[in-house]
Amino acid sequence: MWLSLLLTGLVRGLVGAQPRWIGCRPAPTLRVYFANHTSHMDTLALWCALPVELRATTRPVAARDYWSGGGLKSYIATRGFNALFIERAPENREQDPLAPLDEALARGESLIIFPEGTRRAQALPSAFKSGIFHLATRHPEAEFVPVYLDNLYRSMPKGTLLPVPLTCSVRFGTPLALQAGEEKTHFLERARQAVVDLV
Amino acid sequence: MSMQEKFYWLFGGILALLSVASSIGFILHRRAQRAGGSATIDNLNARVRAWWVMVAIIAVNFFLGKNATVVLFAVASAFALREFVTLTPTRRGDYLPLVVSFYVLLPVQYWLIADGWYNLFAIFLPVYGFLALPVLAATGGDTEDFLARVTKLQWGLMITVYCISYAPALLLVEVPGYSAQHQNLLLMIYLLTVVQLSDVLQYVFGKLFGKHKIAPNVSPSKTVEGFVGGGLSAVGIGAALWWITPFAPLQAAGMAAVIVLAGFLGGLALSAVKRSLGAKDWGSMIEGHGGMLDRLDSVSFAAPVFFHLTRYFFEP
Repeated sequence: MWLSLLLTGLVRGLVGAQPRWIGCRPAPTLRVYFANHTSHMDTLALWCALPVELRATTRPVAARDYWSGGGLKSYIATRGFNALFIERAPENREQDPLAPLDEALARGESLIIFPEGTRRAQALPSAFKSGIFHLATRHPEAEFVPVYLDNLYRSMPKGTLLPVPLTCSVRFGTPLALQAGEEKTHFLERARQAVVDLV
Repeated sequence: MSMQEKFYWLFGGILALLSVASSIGFILHRRAQRAGGSATIDNLNARVRAWWVMVAIIAVNFFLGKNATVVLFAVASAFALREFVTLTPTRRGDYLPLVVSFYVLLPVQYWLIADGWYNLFAIFLPVYGFLALPVLAATGGDTEDFLARVTKLQWGLMITVYCISYAPALLLVEVPGYSAQHQNLLLMIYLLTVVQLSDVLQYVFGKLFGKHKIAPNVSPSKTVEGFVGGGLSAVGIGAALWWITPFAPLQAAGMAAVIVLAGFLGGLALSAVKRSLGAKDWGSMIEGHGGMLDRLDSVSFAAPVFFHLTRYFFEP
């Protein structure tokens, strides 16, 4: 708990992380927040932008190979923001990589995902990987909320450890649902466009 | 009168003024509600509420003393620099100069005040910060818009750190018969009071009587009536507050006039900068006012001038 408070305090002081609820209101409904990914601060910034009562039931999805190596990083990820780990590398997978996400959603926990898969040093998100499509197919009960994080790629670009203080806003868009018979590529592009529309 | 007593009298006055402002705001709000509400009145009330908070912070800080004052202004500078950098386009190659500005140059500048090292304080950023930034930026290896990028960062650092740091630097001035009793905190509060009252009164006079815009393209809210009415009132109040300063009443009036003029010009110049960066406000952290720099723009110009005049004429 104290670690969460420390982290949110730091994030607020450094990058503000002011929420802008443009297309929806904060609500305890089952949600998958999906955002552009440009820095290590992304997960924390989005998480801090949520009202405190929603944070308890919202799990940021983090790459196991990066975040759970032990030490400070994994301590922060597990104790600080209650991360849910997934396996990125195919050779390490023993089960469906999305299985932990399915279980979390089944428990009623909302998720934070970054469908680009890795960080990009640019204002606009690149193409989405297909994980979000599979989640949307399996979980029609969840709202898929596009989120745009601005400025963070300037604050803490890839390869750096110390964030430059910059005011960042976290913009929440209108929830998206998979349409009947919608093609994978079509949905992925529509989801990406929903994030771009918030720029 | 002891310094503590002077402080209580001054803050008693400010609290009375804020109470009047809140009451007027409440009545206007009730009246506007019947007419369907007014954005101007809502903004006015938000501004007054924010003033209560800012006055409370300065009051608490007064009792905590010199080092707390230095830290308070260092934090304010950091927020102002954050706003400036947010509105300024930066590239990947600017990362190192940005990190050094926030985590080295800014703390050192304020540490020099806490340490009382005036000679280095005065040249640290204008000379060494100025020289270091282009070197650090060059290591980024990106020459696209290089001069413009470095210049903007130098400019932001000078305004938000160097110029604003002159307000707590007033603690370093040695005025015989005044500084020995640790009254310099009051001198700094005098500067802040005159600058901010001048801004507030220019806003009030402008809203009530404003007709002729001074610089419609740069700062549409500045009017001749607002500047003259608000400025003269602020000079009057500045003169009436001579007893918290080392100045005689007429000297206090002169100082207040300089503070008001410098503050006005600072607001004008920074408004032009802000608009050239494509924004109306520097940020949104102070409700009703905009950003930190919207509140400190006039201080950044008035503080160095007030500091130098005090040091030149009142330090033996």
